[in-house]
Amino acid sequence: MSNVPADLQYTRSHEWVRTLADGTLEIGITDHAQHALGDLVFVEVPEAGRSVRAGEACAVVESVKAASDVYAPLAGKITAGNPRLAGEPEAVNAEPYAGGWLMRLKPDAGALAAAQLLSAAAYEKLLQAEGG
Amino acid sequence: MARQTPLYTLHQELGARMVDFGGWDMPVQYSSQIGEHHAVRRAAGVFDVSHMCVVDLKGPRVRAFLERLVANDVGRLKTPGKALYSCMLNESGGVLDDLIVYFLTESSFRAVVNAGTRDKDLVWMRRHAAAFGVEVLERADLAMLAIQGPEARAKAAQLLAPADARAALALGSFSARELGGWFVARTGYTGEDGFEIMVPASEAVPAWRKLNALGVASCGLGARDTLRLEAGMNLYGNDMDESTNPYESALGWTVALEPRGRDFLGRRALEAICASGPARKLIGLLLEDRGVLRSHQRLLIDGVDAGEITSGTYSPTLERSIALARLPAAATGKPQVDVRGKLLNAKVVKPPFVRFGKPLVS
Repeated sequence: MSNVPADLQYTRSHEWVRTLADGTLEIGITDHAQHALGDLVFVEVPEAGRSVRAGEACAVVESVKAASDVYAPLAGKITAGNPRLAGEPEAVNAEPYAGGWLMRLKPDAGALAAAQLLSAAAYEKLLQAEGG
Repeated sequence: MARQTPLYTLHQELGARMVDFGGWDMPVQYSSQIGEHHAVRRAAGVFDVSHMCVVDLKGPRVRAFLERLVANDVGRLKTPGKALYSCMLNESGGVLDDLIVYFLTESSFRAVVNAGTRDKDLVWMRRHAAAFGVEVLERADLAMLAIQGPEARAKAAQLLAPADARAALALGSFSARELGGWFVARTGYTGEDGFEIMVPASEAVPAWRKLNALGVASCGLGARDTLRLEAGMNLYGNDMDESTNPYESALGWTVALEPRGRDFLGRRALEAICASGPARKLIGLLLEDRGVLRSHQRLLIDGVDAGEITSGTYSPTLERSIALARLPAAATGKPQVDVRGKLLNAKVVKPPFVRFGKPLVS
């Protein structure tokens, strides 16, 4: 069974979102997603300062098998890409909700409310519906 | 409905992730694809390759039939059990499939062809076998296990009775023997030593379990692909097909134009290609930048589109990306690869990339 921490919010495309103390959002891919991808061997994260639209492909995670885009859950400005992943992509497999975060983003005004993120319970339901 | 091998239930029990491969429901990985890869390079792993199609060819004129059917010279097979890697070509020299042919007796040979090309291969073989009175018998009753890695032969030999084990360990490279009802071949697709063993379907599961108990890791098709690409071995459908000839596929070494009198299928086309020079070539690439090369990515030389990657992956042994790519024969200069709109630098190298656990390129 996939690990779905209760204190995070989720997207239908298997990203998670954590609201940090200063209102910045930390974003990564879920345990389910890293497991489905398999061993990650390359991760490309966005650069700080880049503005992204909701649903825009802004990071790439590649396993031995395939490359997958990671989408911005909502509009905002990137404040950081996780520098650790350039040399250690496997951190996404090992700690998808901690050291394997992909990017931090300062949401545009009103973007968080508009994003309609899923609660942990709703995301778990989605996984069950997908057979995961 | 995808076909299942005799090991299907065991794969599920072992927690394998299953995928469709050439019409078969096959394990792509059990736990970690990279872990399985390293198990084969460093110790031993076992693969289910029962999806591959084993074909027995029988009749007094079977050698003459194979001298007609395949581009390499079966006449070179003098010792029973000896194997030959080759291609079957169409009349224009395009590769219908690659295969291994084992010489058993003067009236009996065995071939192993790819799963994805099974139907057309059998039609092609039967069509040309008729004139030689050769019987083409698919051996769907057999399962095939590939046990590969530096410790593979010693582990696999423990499945056999002592006398058979000694005979198996005495097999030379690219040779096979029938031992205790099993067909044991010292062949493989990983760049490591090992055996490919054909067994009656009912004996596959106990053999697999015993190998696991001996410390041989269950390995999926994912690791098989990274291992074969590191070993510089072509995959049919990726690196060659009916639209490419052996000379354009780094398979010229599998074509025997001598003796000149041997009229194999595709010979006339290959002679013409030899005379004019092949139009394209298959090369090895080592990625210098960070990223992963994948099949169908485009190659540029001096900023101009020049060719395409046929197989690409991340090499767990080199911890860099590697690929096979097809370019015009005359192409020189340093290629770049278009990866999602970014141009990454690559170096042309001569495969294999890795052999017997050792990196051969840098």
